[in-house]
Amino acid sequence: MHKRVHYNTSYLPYLLVAPQITITLLFFIWPAVQALYQSFLLEDAFGLSTEFVWFDNFAELYDSENYLNSFTRTAFFSVSVAALSMGFALFFAALADRVIKGSHTYRTLLIIPYAVAPVLAGTLWLFLFNPTLGIVPYFLDIVSINWNHKLNSGQAMSLVIIAAAWKQVSYNFLFFVAAMHSIPKSLIEAAAIDGAGPLHRFRTIIFPLISPTTFFLLVVNIIYAFFDTFGIIHAITSGGPGNSTEILVYKVFNDGFVGLDLGGSAAQSVILMFIVILLTVVQFKYVERKVEY
Amino acid sequence: MIENRPMATFVSHTVLILGVALIVFPIWVMVVAASHDALRLTQVPLPLLPGNQFWINLKLLFSGKGFSAPIHLTLLNSLAMALMISVGKIVISIISAFAIVYFKFRFRMFFFWMIFLTLMLPVEVRILPTYEVIANFGMLDTYAGLSIPLIASATATFMFRQTFMTIPDELMEASRIDGASPMRFFFDVVIPMSRTNIAALFVILFIFGWNQYLWPLLVTTDPDMYTVVMSIKQMLESGESEPMWHLIMMTALVAMLPPILVVIFMQKIFVKGLTDSEK
Repeated sequence: MHKRVHYNTSYLPYLLVAPQITITLLFFIWPAVQALYQSFLLEDAFGLSTEFVWFDNFAELYDSENYLNSFTRTAFFSVSVAALSMGFALFFAALADRVIKGSHTYRTLLIIPYAVAPVLAGTLWLFLFNPTLGIVPYFLDIVSINWNHKLNSGQAMSLVIIAAAWKQVSYNFLFFVAAMHSIPKSLIEAAAIDGAGPLHRFRTIIFPLISPTTFFLLVVNIIYAFFDTFGIIHAITSGGPGNSTEILVYKVFNDGFVGLDLGGSAAQSVILMFIVILLTVVQFKYVERKVEY
Repeated sequence: MIENRPMATFVSHTVLILGVALIVFPIWVMVVAASHDALRLTQVPLPLLPGNQFWINLKLLFSGKGFSAPIHLTLLNSLAMALMISVGKIVISIISAFAIVYFKFRFRMFFFWMIFLTLMLPVEVRILPTYEVIANFGMLDTYAGLSIPLIASATATFMFRQTFMTIPDELMEASRIDGASPMRFFFDVVIPMSRTNIAALFVILFIFGWNQYLWPLLVTTDPDMYTVVMSIKQMLESGESEPMWHLIMMTALVAMLPPILVVIFMQKIFVKGLTDSEK
């Protein structure tokens, strides 16, 4: 946490933390307090009068079928994104761990999606799956699957999941490769001498040993799917058709900036904050445990 | 490699090549689409091989005709925002981490926890009230409004703190005995010893800043302040007419090129920084 020896100047450390603390107060703590405060207010559509309504906004959310649906939808979306993306990344990492030649080239190509902005990733997948023009619907049509994510909510959800998972493959891949790299070679060699084949070794040695990384990535992926996929959804579906791809973050934006329901949007923000706090605590609990090892 | 299994190696390579092809496919289709003219991109099936319109499309894009915001301007805005966010984050984080690690002062832990708290407040969660703060300060449509609310970062502070903890105490004691002031020690020892971390963090933060979407979408209304990443969405919503895919794909290519180049050319530092920072 802290050095054994340190300086004892009177004002310098305050000057050094001042910029970060000022920004934190103005743009983080204050808005968060505001969100908390607004979540207890009811404002009419013209912003003329506000009324303090305690937990009414939350009660309304709790009663709103739309909001609860958005909750389950977000859970489904994040778990699917995490599973798909981590599954692919683990598969690639296990293969890349085996080969020596060309592994640098594979890595270079696999990290490209990391650098692509979510909204651009959404645009690319939108183009690929464009119902009238897209190359994928063209081939799907040959096997008589009719693709139209603008009308079919299941297809819309699949498309945003694929696009979001695609962007996250790079990150997961790099972490899995690093985790596999840190497994002592002697363990693998000993198992190989005892006659265990590659698949057997993966199942009984590699996979258990990288499980801390897997768990860490699971949390990171869920945080990613919750908060960083706004651009993807905005570009591909804008939450539609119906509300079928409206995840929680998208709903905060939609209700606040489009629907101008300030109290409701603030209440949703507060709930999201609690979710982030919960996820961060889980993540740090795990990091702490890892340090002890 | 543990044992020599040529067949397994061959299969691994084949599957990897297929997998990489699958991942790169959307990028490939984008580049191909950017090299055809508007007419070809209305005919099904769309091309899978490059055409010869690439330079013409690029020129058309940079001529700026028919765009709400000229691309060289949006590129400049993106660059300014990305640099302000990445450099700003690094500067304020490194000095606050230096204060927290090397000084004993009142409220040290209080400040530390306050910084920690920002980890739990991503911009997506506090958009409306943060927007109000920016509006009240008259910072809409300014570079400051685009970047400052994204600058405070707990992750960067933590990472620098971790690095500083590995710097031997003796160095600080020695510099103190030699009569160096804390800031002299900071510039002559701490910064040079954190060089690789600064570089790695710069790559990660530059990409983070460049790729921002929701925040610029909210705080900019003046087309002259648009960033290149958000201008894509306007092009997609071109009203009744079918979107001009050849130009959209060219814009997407131009918009994603800087972060891709940064990540590829600083790959080694980036990968090390990324996987180390979480440990």
